[in-house]
Amino acid sequence: MLDLILSIYEIPVINILVKIVAILVPLLLTVAYFTYIERKVIGYMQVRIGPNRVGPRGWLQPIADAMKLMFKEIIFPSGANRVLFIIAPTLAISTALAAWAVVPFGAEMVLADINVALLYILAMTSIGVYGVILAGWASNSKYAIMSTLRTAAQVVSYEIAMGFALVGVVMAARSLNIGEIVMGQSGSGILGWYMWPLLPLFVIYFVSGVAETNRAPFDVAEGESEIVAGFHVEYSGILFAIFFLAEYANMILISVLAALMFMGGWLSPFADVSFLGLGSSFLAGSSIIWLISKTAIFMFLFLWFRATFPRYRYDQIMRLGWKVFIPITIVWIYVVGIMYYMELAPWFTKG
Amino acid sequence: MKHLTQFFNSLFLAELFKGLGVTGRYFFKKKITVQYPEEKTPQSFRFRGLHALRRYANGEERCIACKLCEAICPALAITIESEEREDGTRRTKSYDIDLTKCIFCGFCEESCPVDSIVETRIFEYHGEEKSDLYMTKEKLLAVGDKYEEQIAADRAQDASYR
Repeated sequence: MLDLILSIYEIPVINILVKIVAILVPLLLTVAYFTYIERKVIGYMQVRIGPNRVGPRGWLQPIADAMKLMFKEIIFPSGANRVLFIIAPTLAISTALAAWAVVPFGAEMVLADINVALLYILAMTSIGVYGVILAGWASNSKYAIMSTLRTAAQVVSYEIAMGFALVGVVMAARSLNIGEIVMGQSGSGILGWYMWPLLPLFVIYFVSGVAETNRAPFDVAEGESEIVAGFHVEYSGILFAIFFLAEYANMILISVLAALMFMGGWLSPFADVSFLGLGSSFLAGSSIIWLISKTAIFMFLFLWFRATFPRYRYDQIMRLGWKVFIPITIVWIYVVGIMYYMELAPWFTKG
Repeated sequence: MKHLTQFFNSLFLAELFKGLGVTGRYFFKKKITVQYPEEKTPQSFRFRGLHALRRYANGEERCIACKLCEAICPALAITIESEEREDGTRRTKSYDIDLTKCIFCGFCEESCPVDSIVETRIFEYHGEEKSDLYMTKEKLLAVGDKYEEQIAADRAQDASYR
């Protein structure tokens, strides 16, 4: 019986499908509970206690939310382009999930170990913007189209800064393969991580990531005060839920990429730090737990920002992207070049 | 120099980190949420909730149909009809308060010369149809009879300020 199961598992298609399910199911559960944690964290920062009525301590809240959205009617606005109206959320969620194919969870734990992983992720997140644009256009609503225009301009601007920030990482690691980028940070524990030599790029990457996912304080695309809810104002029921899912999946993606590229992914911060005397104990070993906890830090930052900062004015967003981030990244790419030339240890030593 | 410090302050996001510090501190503060159905905030004895008509201790209703409350009511929520009872006293034939109009200002209570119409502490009531929120004389007297003890205690506490 076990042999049979193993032989079925050896079939390439089945093998890949199993891996996809193994990535997507925990991811979607994380997304669901991320919404719950978001409400809790923001509540705590506002001296409230957040949802606590559905199930013990409110743990069933996301499930109740999902059930409600699933059973709600999908309303098509009159004059909406029905085909595009449905394609838009599909596009948003499929790209948000497809990007996870190249995300490694451990030295060998990756669905698609390709050498252009970083480019692939940039491409996927860029296509995801089309979901937003199509949604706004297909809705036949002035609020949705306004939000779409804002989103498109904002995402295009911040993609440049984000791309430049990643150029620094690629220069340091000499590879676009995320697994190799992580391994490039091994060798000296927490000091080996790229966040130290690339600190400005690290900050800019994460802030651009917040802007890319249209989260507070860069959420002019949602702008409740002036354009109701933004591009998904006409969406209801499961289609709205899909947009929601895509947004949170993207947030987690940005977080996990920040952990992988700047904070050494699954590497332990205590690895190879001899004076701690941890040797080869669990704390010093690489494991997915490190990756998850590093990702959780960035996910918490998303919520912390949302609880703290008021929304940027639109022109301030554009100013920040074009006149602050892009110059800093370009300057720092030159600095990285110099550090590379000097073979600055421990990050830029060859081989 | 001033421009320079300002430049570096904004470049290194000094103010933003200060803001994060504030929310970060509040994250660990004691939460002040009152979990309503189980916990309740303390109520003032002057709380202005559902109305009631009171009686004297001997069971005689206080209202003498002077219609001062009807006259002062800014929302025109009170409607009174009066008649002469068999014993020759002036009494209300009907005394209606439309709670959908009422703004709970308490003027009716202030204007009443015999402390008949009062506003109680009751605020957890509902109506399943509009007529449920139309308080007739019978309903108002019933509320008054039921909560007379509380109403009298609240008036006694407030008496020295009147």
